[in-house]
Parts: sequence; structure tokens; C-alpha cells
Amino acid sequence: MKVWILHVAVLLALLVLLLVLPAYHATNLARIMVLAVFAIGYNLAFGYTGLLSLGHALFFAAGVYGAALPVTYLGFAQLPALIAGLVAGAVMAGLTGLLALRTAGVSFMIVTLMFAQAGYLSLLYFGEVTGGDEGLVLPGAAGLIPGLSADAARTTIAYGLFALALIASLLLVRGRFGRTMVAMRENEERSRMLGYNPFAVKLAALVLSGLFAGASGAAYALLFGYAGASFATIQYSILPMLWVLMGGAGTVLGPLIGTAAMFYLVDIAGSYTTATLLFVGVALVLLILFAPRGILGTIRERWLPWLP
Amino acid sequence: MGFGPFLLLALMESAVTAATLALTAVGLSLVFGVMRVVNVAHGEFFMLGAVAAWFITNFIGGPPWFAFLMALALAPLAVAAIAALADRLILKRLDYEPEATIVATIGLLYIFQQAALSFYGPQAMPVEPPFNFRIQLPWFGYSAYKLSVILLAALVLIGVWLFLTRSKAGLVMRATQVDRETAQAFGIDTDRVYAAVFALGAGLAAIAAVLIVPIAQAHYLMGHDPLLLAFITVIVGGLGSLRGTVIAAILIGLSDGLIAFFWSPTLAKILATLLVAMVLVFRPQGLFGARTT
Repeated sequence: MKVWILHVAVLLALLVLLLVLPAYHATNLARIMVLAVFAIGYNLAFGYTGLLSLGHALFFAAGVYGAALPVTYLGFAQLPALIAGLVAGAVMAGLTGLLALRTAGVSFMIVTLMFAQAGYLSLLYFGEVTGGDEGLVLPGAAGLIPGLSADAARTTIAYGLFALALIASLLLVRGRFGRTMVAMRENEERSRMLGYNPFAVKLAALVLSGLFAGASGAAYALLFGYAGASFATIQYSILPMLWVLMGGAGTVLGPLIGTAAMFYLVDIAGSYTTATLLFVGVALVLLILFAPRGILGTIRERWLPWLP
Repeated sequence: MGFGPFLLLALMESAVTAATLALTAVGLSLVFGVMRVVNVAHGEFFMLGAVAAWFITNFIGGPPWFAFLMALALAPLAVAAIAALADRLILKRLDYEPEATIVATIGLLYIFQQAALSFYGPQAMPVEPPFNFRIQLPWFGYSAYKLSVILLAALVLIGVWLFLTRSKAGLVMRATQVDRETAQAFGIDTDRVYAAVFALGAGLAAIAAVLIVPIAQAHYLMGHDPLLLAFITVIVGGLGSLRGTVIAAILIGLSDGLIAFFWSPTLAKILATLLVAMVLVFRPQGLFGARTT
């Protein structure tokens, strides 16, 4: 019960923040919420199932282009495009998983990294269609919801998507399948002995993870009006890992906290120095050295053992 | 120019790529073989080597050959020292746990990149080659420096091989690779071995970078491609197998160069990355490695 109270309270608090914050911060928050959906998806694979992937940029970019290409070339409306992007992310994750899940550990990281790299290079290779490094400009958020300004429509949709993703991930990890995912992370051999098929469970978890990543990529492209090959670079595989590590791997609210913390850390640092990459690097090293459980993971361990 | 000479030119260009790739990849392979660490920051050690070479040649001055020789001697040492420090401060504390060290080396990658951007700048700058001599072939003139790069790389590789197989330090490294705990039981300070191997691997990448920087230019993002190619090479050659790594470097350097020369560099990279993924999935011991249990 208190789990539900906490998560509904967090969603209500976000809603209040969106209503009272000035436009600049509300747009920032919309960006954070959309990216947090990506982090939630990454967390399903990494935090709960124990699949450390370095290729999630591929699923994010599949979402970005799964939405952007139909809008640009087939004249799709925004909502069908969002669904197309989400499906593209899941399909891409499924195809990657079919091959990559035959490996584990370090090999899995490298195989996913290589697939993502091949995806990025393919986007450049077919630059005439995808726009390559320059990318495609999309209509943006204006007119998405009749009667609302672009800013208002963007924050509304970002909030709706985030709320949906958060509730879905909470239901998922507290349900039967969530426990099976954790069993894979903790002891694959023992769960195999109990009659589970590790390959099928991990594949399903990766597809779900890709679904969230694709939804986030599609929403990002549609709401902020831009799709480019840069979304497929390795940086977009590293960032969700950083957000999840910072917020706490294997916690439901961790991805949101990590994404917001890292966003504002870079934002605040950016007003003092241009050396923002340094903060990403130092944050990664310090987290893995001193706080491998992240913010929420540490809180759960010390004070609140009931946190999902 | 006919097709034959054209092919010869492409082959010679690819051989230069293959030579430096072999050095970089052997460094990566050594680190993986002995320490079981996937060093994502390896490309940045390459980049640091090139940037250090630029600083050294500019501060020493004098005739180009002298400045270049100083860079060739000092830049790898400087990079190796940075690597040893990173090992002591970070990797050792993580107890070389594979997944944690990957995250940490990704962090190092960003830190090094930002350091180069802040202290060196966003521009690409060349280092003057030690000599400007062109060998006149019947069809085209070719830079003698590029040929000497191949020769020097081969010499360094032979040196590494002799070091590993003939010296006491090399024996200690191989012993640690085979069985860390038994090596410890025999009184080997494996912490020092790990620091030395990490430094040696980084130093090899730096040597490759110093050799290539008179041809290419020093730039803070230049570590990306060598990292990717070195990864591909190490995996195709069999993780941790030095002989396989060298053979794979020659194969991949040549084919990458040829495909890039005749079709498109992007296509070459797409094919290479997919090849690597397939090798890892279907033949994890590498194309040349023996299956170990």
C-alpha cells in the first residue's frame, strides 16, 4: 500500500511542479521525463535482469527514426508515429537479443556495442534518407493537442508518457514476471533448474526494455522536433547506464532521480565551465568506486527496505 | 594510373593502417589477456599519445628528426605513467571486476577526452615527419616515412614478443595471466604486474599514435576509430591471444583499407562491426583462438 502511495505522490508532485514552474524549467522537466522513460527501460534490462548492455542507443534511435521516417516520408500523424517508434524499438531489441543473448557478460556488452555501432554507421551510410549527422527536422509539438500551445502540449504528453511508463514498470517488477527477471540476475543456473528458460525470459526482458527505449526515442523526436544520427552514437548507450547507476539500479524511481540529478548537474556545471564531459566521466568513476548502488539503492539498503 | 598500380597504392596505404592497428590491438589484447579488463579508454591512450607527441615536438623544437625521436621516446612513457596511475587509483580498488571496470574505463574515456579538449583544444594539428623523402616508384611517388612506420611497428612488435617470451618480467606476466592465485603463492606481486601490464598496453597504443601523427593529425576525438578497430581485431583474433591479434590486425587492416579505398569507409566499418558481433556470437574463442575450457 505505501508503495502505491509513494509513487502516486511522486506523480502528483511532478504534476504540481509542471504547473508552478516557469516555462524554461517546465520544458527541462519534460525533457527529463521523456529521457527517464529511456532510463526506466534500461533499468529493466540492467537493474532487474542483470543484462549490462552497451547498445541501447540502437533501440532509442530505432524509436527516433521509427517515428521520424513515417512522419517525413509517409505523412503519418503524430500518434501513429509514436506507436511505430515504440514498435521499432521493441523489434530492434528482439532482433539484437536473438543473437546477442547467446553470449553473456563482457561478450554481451561488446556484441550489443557492435550492433549499436553498426546501426549508427548505417544511419550515416543511408544519409540521404535519414539526414545523417544533420538529421531531419520534424513539425514539433505545436498542434499536437488542439487548443494547447506547443509548450503545454509537450509537457502534457511527456508527463502522460512518463506516468504510464512508471506505473507499467512498477506493476511489472512487482508482478510474477518481474520476480523471474530478478531470478535471472541473481542466479541463472538455479532458475534454469527450477524450470525457467533463461533465454526466453532475458529476451522478453530485453524486448520490454527496447519498447520503453523506443517509446522514449519516438517521443523525444516528435516532441522536440528533431531526429538525427547522433541519437545512435555510443553516448546514448552510456547515458542511460549513467542515469540508472546514479539513481540506483533495480529501483523503480531510481531512473527518474538519476536522470534529473545528472541533467541538473551538467546544466549547473555548464554555467560555470564548458568542461561538461568531465562531470559525466567523474560521476561514472566515483559512482562505480564509492556508490555502486546509486542514490535510491543506498537509501533502500540503509533506511527503507520496502522500496521496490 | 592502371588498376595494378592503383591496387598497389591501396595495399600500401592499408599496410600502414594494419601496422598501427597491430600495435594498438596488441596493447588492448595484452590488458585483456592478463587482467581480464576490457579497457574502453584504450583509444584515449592512443589519442593522448598523439597529443603528447604534438606538445613534445613543439616544446623541444630543433630539427624535425630529433623532436620526433624525443616524442617517440617520451610520449609513450608519459601515457604509460598515466595508465599506471589510473590502474592504482581506480581499477585496483574495483578488484578488476569485469563489468565495474568497463564502467570505470568509460568514465576515464570522458575524463581524458575533456582534458585533451581543455588543454589542447578542438583543432587538429599535425606533427612534422622526421624526414620528407619520397620513394619514386615507376607509377607514383610514395612517402618513405609511411614505409618506415610499417618497419618500426614490426620492430616494436618483435620487441614485445621477445620481452614476453625471453625476459623474467615477461615470464611473470604470463604466469599471472595463466593463474593469478598460484602466481601470488609463488611470491609474485600481482598488483605490480597488473599496473605494469596496463601501462605497457597504454604505451603500445601511444607508440602507434606517435607513429601515425605525422600522417594523420592529432585531435581530441581521434581515439574513437582506433578503439573500435582494435576491439574488432582483438575479438576476431581470439580474446587474449597475441599471435591471433597480430594476424587479425593484418587481415582487418588490409581489408578495411581496401574496402574503404574502393567502396566507402562507412561500409567497411559496418561490415567489420557486424563481423565482430557474429564472431562473438558464433565463435567466441575467435577465428584463430583455440577453445579453452
